[in-house]
Amino acid sequence: MPPAVLVEGLQKRYGDVDAVKDVSFTIEAGEIFGLLGPNGAGKTTTIRCLCTLSTPDAGRVEINGRSVLNNPALARQQLGYIAQEVALDKVLTGRELLQLQAALYHMPAKVARDRIQQMIELLELTAWADKKSGIYSGGLKKRLDLALGLLHQPDVLVLDEPTVGLDIETRSAVWQFLRQLKAAGTTVLLTSHYLEEVDALSDRVAIIDQGKVIAAGTPSDLKSRVGGDRITLRIREFTPDDEADQAKDLLQTLPCVEEAIVNDAQGNSINLVVTAQSDALMTVQQALKETGLPMFGISQSRPSLDDVYLAATGRTLMDAEIAAAGSRDLKAERKQAMKGA
Amino acid sequence: MSTTLTPKPKLSLDNPELRQWKAELSNSSATATPGLFSAAFLQETIAMTRRLFIQLQRRPSTLVAGVIQPVMWLILFGALFQNVPQGLFGESQNYGQFLGAGIIVFTAFGGALNAGLPVMFDREFGFLNRFLVAPLASRYSIVAASAVFIAAMSMVQTAAIIGLSAVLGAGLPDPMGLGLVVLIVLTLVLGVTALSLGLSFALPGHIELIAVIFVTNLPLLFSSTALVPLSFMPQWLRVVASLNPLTYAIEPIRYIYLHPDSWGLTSVVMAAPWGDVKMGDALAILLGFCLISLALIQPLLRRRIA
Repeated sequence: MPPAVLVEGLQKRYGDVDAVKDVSFTIEAGEIFGLLGPNGAGKTTTIRCLCTLSTPDAGRVEINGRSVLNNPALARQQLGYIAQEVALDKVLTGRELLQLQAALYHMPAKVARDRIQQMIELLELTAWADKKSGIYSGGLKKRLDLALGLLHQPDVLVLDEPTVGLDIETRSAVWQFLRQLKAAGTTVLLTSHYLEEVDALSDRVAIIDQGKVIAAGTPSDLKSRVGGDRITLRIREFTPDDEADQAKDLLQTLPCVEEAIVNDAQGNSINLVVTAQSDALMTVQQALKETGLPMFGISQSRPSLDDVYLAATGRTLMDAEIAAAGSRDLKAERKQAMKGA
Repeated sequence: MSTTLTPKPKLSLDNPELRQWKAELSNSSATATPGLFSAAFLQETIAMTRRLFIQLQRRPSTLVAGVIQPVMWLILFGALFQNVPQGLFGESQNYGQFLGAGIIVFTAFGGALNAGLPVMFDREFGFLNRFLVAPLASRYSIVAASAVFIAAMSMVQTAAIIGLSAVLGAGLPDPMGLGLVVLIVLTLVLGVTALSLGLSFALPGHIELIAVIFVTNLPLLFSSTALVPLSFMPQWLRVVASLNPLTYAIEPIRYIYLHPDSWGLTSVVMAAPWGDVKMGDALAILLGFCLISLALIQPLLRRRIA
């Protein structure tokens, strides 16, 4: 059986920007697959190529073994697409928007009526379905958007940054809903630049950076492949540079410490990579005590997806976000995306 | 308002009826796009048109303004040229009678020219993506929905103008003539709506679209025979006006107004610099303009995988 989604050697340029340089991944039916990467990494462009909103410059994109480029109508019937920003017609009611959506997918009248009612109940929109969507809260809008994307019961649901800008309750509701979807057999592809989101939801992950897949696998595989444990140590709440450097130099000499960096984004905390399952925590504390340096806090953890990203790119996802925020022309990108192919 | 969803032990996401329908669909012809003139095309067009009418019903100001504007044109322009000596405006008995045809066409044209704006806003807000990711029978349904909507608006406006013109002493065309007036307006609306939608797909944003509408609207009015006849114009403008599609909508309507019982397809409706133009010629040119517009925008509709 062919994979639910196959993307191979995808390339896409917008003007002189290489949005996607080389992206490949496959998604098996019934999986939740996460595309993780900082803003501007090429996640949205990849999704646009999959959802027939952009024409790839090169590469294969297939749904259930059929090329999206050659069978766009079939692909569109099989895909549900939930964009990052919820776009609704605020003058129409939720039910009217669902009716429009049903007609766009050519559902027969009776099927559509029953299905719309089902989705309204499923996403608990009953009290709001006949009110104009313009008065909906952010969470309600997202729920209506989910109902719209799922109305035609797609085989593959594609969500671009499903929880950006949502309040915490709605966010956890969306997570929960996606898990229920998976349990009901729907294949889900989601992009996110939130580590926890991808880690918590995805069966498998592709980490994407600057238009390329830099790591792929299950979250736990990826993390164990990076190896080692992580210790985060804070000398003081905000540690002066000299003290941080002094501690770093000292700790680097310990046999159990593989790597040490001073993280100035976190008030000069010291991040250590240590031999996994060792008594490194105690060794570090002991060494610190002997030099007379104080300690504000210390914690040990298994590697996170951020460490996977760090190992592959030499920077944390947060650093990449900050760098991207400074260098991106969001307005120009928006225009490019609007122009499409 | 509850923002969390109650966990459902058994998620009733599946809809057997829907699943069965989808299975039948993929067994039959889901790989082939149904295309124009299919039931699917009709269904999506009706749904998109319905949306536009719901918007109008809940925000009727466009319709109100759309009727007030031509009425003001008619009254103000009519008054402005009221004292023009008879005979300057061809066979018309008064300027009001002359002006009616021009205002009908110009109003329909203006409405159709603006048809791209809502589509552009849909594009900018991302709403258009709902249409683009859906398995539409043809993206011409987006054009068709806008055209039906604009045509309906134009019909209301045309009725208002014809009614007011009659009150102002322009008389009424005969029933057959009225039918032809409607056909002419519809053809023009379809052609111009298509062009406007093409622009809304091609231009980067609504600022650019508004700019294009701005520099197109009034120049096309003044370089047509809406306000003055060809005979009144300098030679160069006469050439321009004879190339202007609006002229080919205005002159037949004007002729129908002036010759309620004697017009026919062979009646000479205007004297272009290169010869007489018959009613039938003008209608053919108008139809040709409409078909060319529709054909021109096809690559734009296809640009993202068709």
